[in-house]
Amino acid sequence: MQLPVEIPGLLNYWIVIVLMMVGFFVVISHGNLVKKIVGLNVFQVSVFVLYITMSKIDGGAAPILDDAIKNYSNPLPHVLILTAIVVGVATTALGLALIVRIRDAYGTIEDDEITNQERDDA
Amino acid sequence: MLSSLSPHLPIIQVVLPLIAAPICVIFRRTGVAWLIALVVSWLSFGISIVLLEQVISNGPISYLLGSWPTPWGIEYRVDILSAFVMLIVTSIGAIVMIFAPNSVHMEIPPDRTYLFYTMYLLTFTGLLGITITGDAFNLFVFLEISSLSSYVLISLGAERNALTAALRYLILGTVGATFYIIGVGLMYQMTGTLNITDLAERLPEVASTKTILVAIGFITVGIGLKLGLFPLHVWLPNAYAYAPSVVTVFLAATATKVAVYMMLRVYFSIFGTKMFSALPIDELLLILGLIAILSMSAVAIYQSNAKRLLAYSSVAQVGYMVIGISMVTTTGLTATILHLFNHAMIKCALFLVLAAVFYRIKSVKIEDMAGLGKAMPYTMAAFIVAGFSLLGVPLTVGFISKWYLILGALEKGWWPVAGLIVVSSLLAVIYFWKIIEIAYFKPRPEGAAEISEVPLNMLLPIWVMVGSNVYFGMNTDLTVSAAMSAAKSLIGGAP
Repeated sequence: MQLPVEIPGLLNYWIVIVLMMVGFFVVISHGNLVKKIVGLNVFQVSVFVLYITMSKIDGGAAPILDDAIKNYSNPLPHVLILTAIVVGVATTALGLALIVRIRDAYGTIEDDEITNQERDDA
Repeated sequence: MLSSLSPHLPIIQVVLPLIAAPICVIFRRTGVAWLIALVVSWLSFGISIVLLEQVISNGPISYLLGSWPTPWGIEYRVDILSAFVMLIVTSIGAIVMIFAPNSVHMEIPPDRTYLFYTMYLLTFTGLLGITITGDAFNLFVFLEISSLSSYVLISLGAERNALTAALRYLILGTVGATFYIIGVGLMYQMTGTLNITDLAERLPEVASTKTILVAIGFITVGIGLKLGLFPLHVWLPNAYAYAPSVVTVFLAATATKVAVYMMLRVYFSIFGTKMFSALPIDELLLILGLIAILSMSAVAIYQSNAKRLLAYSSVAQVGYMVIGISMVTTTGLTATILHLFNHAMIKCALFLVLAAVFYRIKSVKIEDMAGLGKAMPYTMAAFIVAGFSLLGVPLTVGFISKWYLILGALEKGWWPVAGLIVVSSLLAVIYFWKIIEIAYFKPRPEGAAEISEVPLNMLLPIWVMVGSNVYFGMNTDLTVSAAMSAAKSLIGGAP
């Protein structure tokens, strides 16, 4: 199947870089722990896009054994990314579970308030 | 029966703890879970010894999963380096599991102890998988198995700080692992393969492309986060300080060592020594390593919590290993690999002592340890011997690895580096003496509760570890010859 609009060659890679930097920036700059986890997710998704993009070739079909199919996309990165998605889900679930416990223990999910309380403890 | 199993030992090594983990959850009983973890740890220890013997006598073992030929299928590859690191991980696991019950039952609520053993088994699976796999992406999967379960282990700590320490480690650890797969993805893009041996063959053609240089950068930072390379170590002190004592023992002795193994594998088995002429990674590692051994030893002096003190000392010790890598010589790598083994034993012994101390006095603050030299003579004597080993006193393992490290530095003509290594050892004397002074020369405070020596099943593992510190310090044949042949095969190119 031919896409109606030709995607310019490196567009996907630019999207990868933008997503990566946005995600990484959120992880570093935001004090809210949930937002940090969301940033981490965006960061991971950018890598998924990177893998999927590199396996796609122009006019490539799904990798099915059929005489009509001459060019097909490399399925291996897709499989790898399925694994990476599972890892990402597990990381997010564990991160959010920890945040729930942190809120119980500190009454806040803001990084700087937690740091203040920890300083008072010490 | 046994002989038909023996070709499958590489996969059994990983699958055994992986299957044992959910079985612990099914039983939900502390005693059963402990027994399973104990038996699995010792079985794995036995398998490691058999694998190491096989590798020494017959050369590397290649195990094809599902008999798919490489590079299509996943290959498990055991060479002398991976067998050696596997021996470190499993021996520590076996010792720690004997020690664990009392300490775990005191520090972790009874309804959660079976989860501790489950998570321990999963961490164990991940660490063994990293050492055994011959596939760069499979390595990422095992890295995440070990990391995710170690976040849970750390969060089991009694204080609330354990939760934030675990979350901060989770965030940085995930960033590190993601950096690693970005690097692997870029390598795949250029070579179309993920098998480590295959990558090593195909990379030289494209070695000077920007894509590969970027991949090296991403992987270096990613693994650097995992191994606590200065200045990426910020997660480590809190994680070690607030995790349950047994968790600290296990992670301090194994997790960073396996990360160093990853670094060796990626640099020398995949990229090869030519990489260092394309990018000045070796100089970068040397500088960061030197800063680590000096600044972290200095920071350790000012700590009031003994576990935190040893955590900073661990970052410094990783610095020694990284300096060994930065030499890119056989002697330097021998020193690094030796120090993997030796530091695992040193830190295991020291943290075991702290776990025993916590078991008796419910604190690891240095000021609370006053008078322990008299109250717990056998435990604290073990601390002194293991501490000597940390400082590098002759007749202990610490001396052997520092000896080779300084030898490597002199071989390259790096006199100042050798000098700084000695200076940082002297800094270690100061922080170590701080604990000894309080434990031996200050009396127990008036009215403090009477305390006695810890039970035998805690004392025995401590002294086995201390004993091996001395034994391998005097009888260096096994460790030095294994480390040296591993180093030679790394420098020589393909594993």
